[in-house]
This record gives sequence, structure tokens and C-alpha cells, in this order.
Amino acid sequence: MSDIFSQFDPLLGKRLQIMDENGVISADPAVSALRPPELTDELIKQAYEKMLFMKMADQKANNLQRTGRMGTYASIRGQEATQMGAGLVMKPEDWLLPAFRELGIMWLHGIPIENMYSYWMGNEMGSRPPENVNCVPISIVVGSQMLHAVGVGLGMKKKKEQKVAVAFFGDGATSEGDFHEAMNCAGVFKPNTILICQNNQWAISVPRSYQTASTTIAQKAIAYGVPGIQVDGNDLIGMYVAVKTARERAIRGEGITLIEAYTYRLGDHTTSDDAKKYRDPEEVELWKPRDPLIRLQKYLASKNLWTQETEDQLTAKYEKEIEAIVEKAQAIIYNPSDMFDYTYAVLPPQLQAQKEELLRNLPQI
Amino acid sequence: MENPKLNIVEAINLALKQEMERDPSVLIFGEDVGKDGGVFRVTDKLQAQFTEDRVFDSPLGESGIAGMAIGLAMYGFKPVVEVQFDGFYHQMLDQMLQHAARMRNRSRGRYTVPMVVRVPSGGGIKALEHHSESIETFVAHTPGLKVVYPSTPYDAKGLLLAAIRDPDPVIFMEPKRLYRAIKQEVPLEDYIVPIGVANVLQEGTDITVIAWGAMVREAQAAMENLKTNPTTAQYSVELIDLRTISPIDQATIFASVEKTGRLVIVQEAVKSFGPGAEIAALVAEKLLYSLKSPIHRVAAPDITVPYLQAEQWYLPNAQQIQNAITTVMAS
Repeated sequence: MSDIFSQFDPLLGKRLQIMDENGVISADPAVSALRPPELTDELIKQAYEKMLFMKMADQKANNLQRTGRMGTYASIRGQEATQMGAGLVMKPEDWLLPAFRELGIMWLHGIPIENMYSYWMGNEMGSRPPENVNCVPISIVVGSQMLHAVGVGLGMKKKKEQKVAVAFFGDGATSEGDFHEAMNCAGVFKPNTILICQNNQWAISVPRSYQTASTTIAQKAIAYGVPGIQVDGNDLIGMYVAVKTARERAIRGEGITLIEAYTYRLGDHTTSDDAKKYRDPEEVELWKPRDPLIRLQKYLASKNLWTQETEDQLTAKYEKEIEAIVEKAQAIIYNPSDMFDYTYAVLPPQLQAQKEELLRNLPQI
Repeated sequence: MENPKLNIVEAINLALKQEMERDPSVLIFGEDVGKDGGVFRVTDKLQAQFTEDRVFDSPLGESGIAGMAIGLAMYGFKPVVEVQFDGFYHQMLDQMLQHAARMRNRSRGRYTVPMVVRVPSGGGIKALEHHSESIETFVAHTPGLKVVYPSTPYDAKGLLLAAIRDPDPVIFMEPKRLYRAIKQEVPLEDYIVPIGVANVLQEGTDITVIAWGAMVREAQAAMENLKTNPTTAQYSVELIDLRTISPIDQATIFASVEKTGRLVIVQEAVKSFGPGAEIAALVAEKLLYSLKSPIHRVAAPDITVPYLQAEQWYLPNAQQIQNAITTVMAS
């Protein structure tokens, strides 16, 4: 198999894209051959349906915030293929270390949507994953979780396990010192780790060009002695190939891969943000046709696997499902003693006393 | 086998060695801790015994050390990492405060971070700038962390074993000025000194003196000095080695001050907002009417730790402690 890292050398301005924005598979046989046989049209159809679901669940979270039923929320709109591509590759035994714009991959990795809704509604219990799901709480502190993924991946390597730790982060996170330390340590220790940068071009109001003078984020990998690749993050097939290659490298003991998913934040930074203030509407218009769902619709339609009618049926079905999820999320009650009970394994006596005092005089919310 | 007489460096080394033999999940890493055995030789010979898989040098970056340790700890290992000098703890403060301290809480008990950060601490060895800091306030102010600070070889071994076995992250401060200053019989067998329990080094009825780390030795020197004067030789001083900064042992403090009615607190760190202030506040809240005279704090002034020519003026000393005891006894 040819080495996709030399085939798509970021220093030569190459970006891995297998399906273009019109839903057409590359005419270049060296590129189209990268699509592995297991990624059948039927699997792509199923993936599209999951992307539609996450898009709707994401939109619902925005709506819940707008109607005062949720706190600040960070939308994934536009980045569904990046997360779906990784989700198709990741195995349940792998660990996910997300930032805060990862509803899609977290759901694919096993976090129930109602847990995430409950979390964004203000209850940390939503961050406790189900017992068989390996997903640490989202990292609000930008860029700090990459090092944890290096540590977890190093642990997997020490235990000689065939699994990986996958961290997600944004383009802004690559300006943090911890990104450098994570890349540097990963280069030295070669952990079972994949670092996926969702380069959505904006860190709140600061464009990618202000984060770094590097032409790509992928090329930063080279200085650390690890492979880096820029992928069209809106191309499900390209993302699948990149993450699969990275996972295989990691479990062969070859260490980390930096994947730059070149995508776009179609929405605001969060529900507390208004991107119209700083972002040229023409830029957004430019990206709308590159929507990861639209190109899959075109592709699947060309294979007679998508029609507007099936779309409408799915949408109606998912709407109902998501409504039921909202009800579940709203039924999760915040137990006030939870504020205290997870500070230490055993509460020191003074903390126990503080807990009892606060709970005795708890203000009615 | 007869118990050896060890200094603090040797006692910590013994604890690490024995715990690594007992528990295969214990890992040691940090700057120069491998072949070199650490700049203070605390991890001497451990790499040779346990291989590079379990004792390894890290790239020079404290946030990286802490961040990787958090990942490893969440994944079931027990990392014991070294910060080469106290002043560099701050480069891992973010990871410790935002993640190590909070992971249990944020994941509602699903993920825990049983790691130990060893921090050679404090002044008195004529070191470089940023090499003589007292960081306990920065760490003790963080819910989710525990902070211990032994002053003797016996406590160093027992507290370190307790720290490694603790299910939560522990900052283990080591008084570098005392590293080789004292030898003490240290049991070869397994024992722990529990976290959160202070040690009454000497019982007394007139006045309580609370110290920790290298200041315990200064307080002991002050008590020796008091014996040279017929008046002060009569003072019955109760000396408490705090041993754990957080969670602080309120019960021992309250029992002592209730008995003596007088309190002197000795802290190597700058005076304001430190554990000394916390102890004074606790006593004021609980025992104000038991006090026979105002509480007195002996601490460093609120200035940047001066470089080596001036550190002897800066560091709290036995004479100041002696004066404080005399003042409090007289008022």
C-alpha cells in the first residue's frame, strides 16, 4: 500500500480528498483506490443517516438553549463528516478524549445524547459515561486533553494492547503550549494515540491565519518526527481512510498521527456568540455547498440510495426520537450532594461538615 | 534485618523501590530521573532495577509530565512524577488544577487520577532563583488535591507510601534543605503515615507551635534555645508537625490550642494568604474565647524569594520563633 503521508505531503500543499463536494469519487486511480472495500455504499448510507441524526440532535441543542432550557452550547454543524469518519474507525475499546464540539463522535462512541443534553443543561452527571464506554469528560480548557490522550495511549502501549486513544481539538488549540508538549512527548514515546484537529477555520472570532503562520496544521507534525496529514474533513471517505491508517500505525507500535481535518464551522462559536459580527457572510456562502451532508446526498442519489422522500421520512422519525431524548434529559435531576461527593474518594471531615451545612440550608432554586 | 538509619533522600528512595516491587502499576518519570537518578538522587538506581519501561526520563516540560501522568493514571497506572524544583511546579499548575484535581468530580467518579507529584521544596540550599519556593498555598487552595510535607525520614517514607496508595492526586513536598540533614531509623517493613494526620512531636500545656517541612527543625532549635534561659525554660511548649497541609488536621490543632490557649504558627512561605492564615482563621472561628493571647505567625515577608546572598535574612529562623513564643507567653 502506498504511504498516504507521502502521497498527501502537507508541505507540497496536498490534501486527502476522495469524494469531492459534488459527491463524485476522485478520477485519479491512485486516490480512488484508497477507498477500502469494507466502506461499501450501504455503509456510507448508514453513516449518512447517522450524520443526519447528529445534525438534528445538534440543532435541537441550539433550540433548547434558545428557549432557555439549556446553557451555552457549542454546535458541530458542518463538521459531521469529520466525526463520522473517525466514528466508523474507532472501536468500542478505544478511548475518546474530546474537546467541546464533539456531540457527533461522542454519540457514535457510545455517549447517549440525553447525557450530553443533561450536561449542557448544567449537570456534570452527564459527563459520567456508561460503564462500557470509554470517553473522558469534554475538555473546556482548550488544548489540554491532547496530553491525556498521549498518557492513555502510552498506557495502552505499555500494556501491549491493540487499541488507541483519540483526542479531538480545534485549530485554536494548536496555539496552546500543551499542543506542543503533547506532540513532542508523543514523538518521543510513540503512544497508541491519534490526534485529530478539527480545523474549522475559526476560534471564536479569530481566523486560522491568526493562529499560526504555518500553511497547514498538518505540517507541524513534521518537526516532531511524526506523520501529519491534511484531510478534507467534509469528506467522509477521506476521513475514514486517514483515521484508519492512523489507527493501524498506532497499534503496530509506530506512534501517533496528526490528522488535520480541514472543515468549516457553519454555525456560531457557541450559542453565546454571533459570528455575523466578525465573519464575512460571503465566506459562509462559499462553504455552504461543501456541506458534508449535501455531497453524501448527491453521491447516494447517484447510487439510488437517497431520495427526498426517504430524507423526509428519516427526518420525521428522528424528530420524534430526539423529542423523547429531550424528555429523558430533562428528567435527570441534579442531586445537590453530588457537588461534594466526587471531590475525593473519601470526604475529609471538614468537607463533610461543609456539605452538611450547605445541604441543611440549601436555597430553593 | 536491622532497620537502617536513613536520610530523607534515602527514605524516599526506599519507599519508591519497595512500592514499585509491590505494585507493578507504579511508574516513575520526570526530568533526569532515569540514569541520572534525579538531580537530588532521589530516584537513584531505580531505572537499573525496574527498567526504562517503568522509570524513564521525560522531555523537559512540566505540563507535559503532568498531562501524561493524568492520562496514565486514568488508564490504571500510578505515576509518581518529579518536578525538579518547586519553582517549576507552576508550569504544571494548569494540568493539576484543571484536570488532575477535577477529573473524579467532572466524570462523577468514573475517572480518577491516583498520581503523586514529588516537589523538592523550599529554600536554604543556596540555589538559583526560582529554586527555593514554597508552593503549598497554590496547591492547597485547589479542591481535589491533597498536599503533604514531611520533615523526617520516617514520615517521608510513610507519607509517600500513603500518597502512592491514595486514590486521589497528592502533591508530595520534600524539604530539600533537610534532604541529607538528618538520619533516622526507618523501618524496612511496610508502613504508612496517614494523610491528614498531624504529629504532636512534643506535648506541652502553655503554648502550641505548629510548623511543617523545614520549619519543624527551626522550631525544634527554638525550643532548645528556650531551655538556656531560666524563665523561658519553664515554658511547656507543644510542638505539632502538621505533615499534611490539605486536608488539614483540624482535630489535632483544636485539641492542642484548646489546652494551651496560645498559638504560634511557623511557615516558610510568604506570610499572607498561606496555610498559617488558614490555621489562624480556623482557630479564631472555633476557639477565640479559649485564647489567652493573640495568635502569632512567623513567616517569610511578602516579597520575592531573594537570591542566595540574602536568603538567610528572608527565611524564618529559630530566633524569630523563640521571640514569637516569648512574646505570646508574655502577653
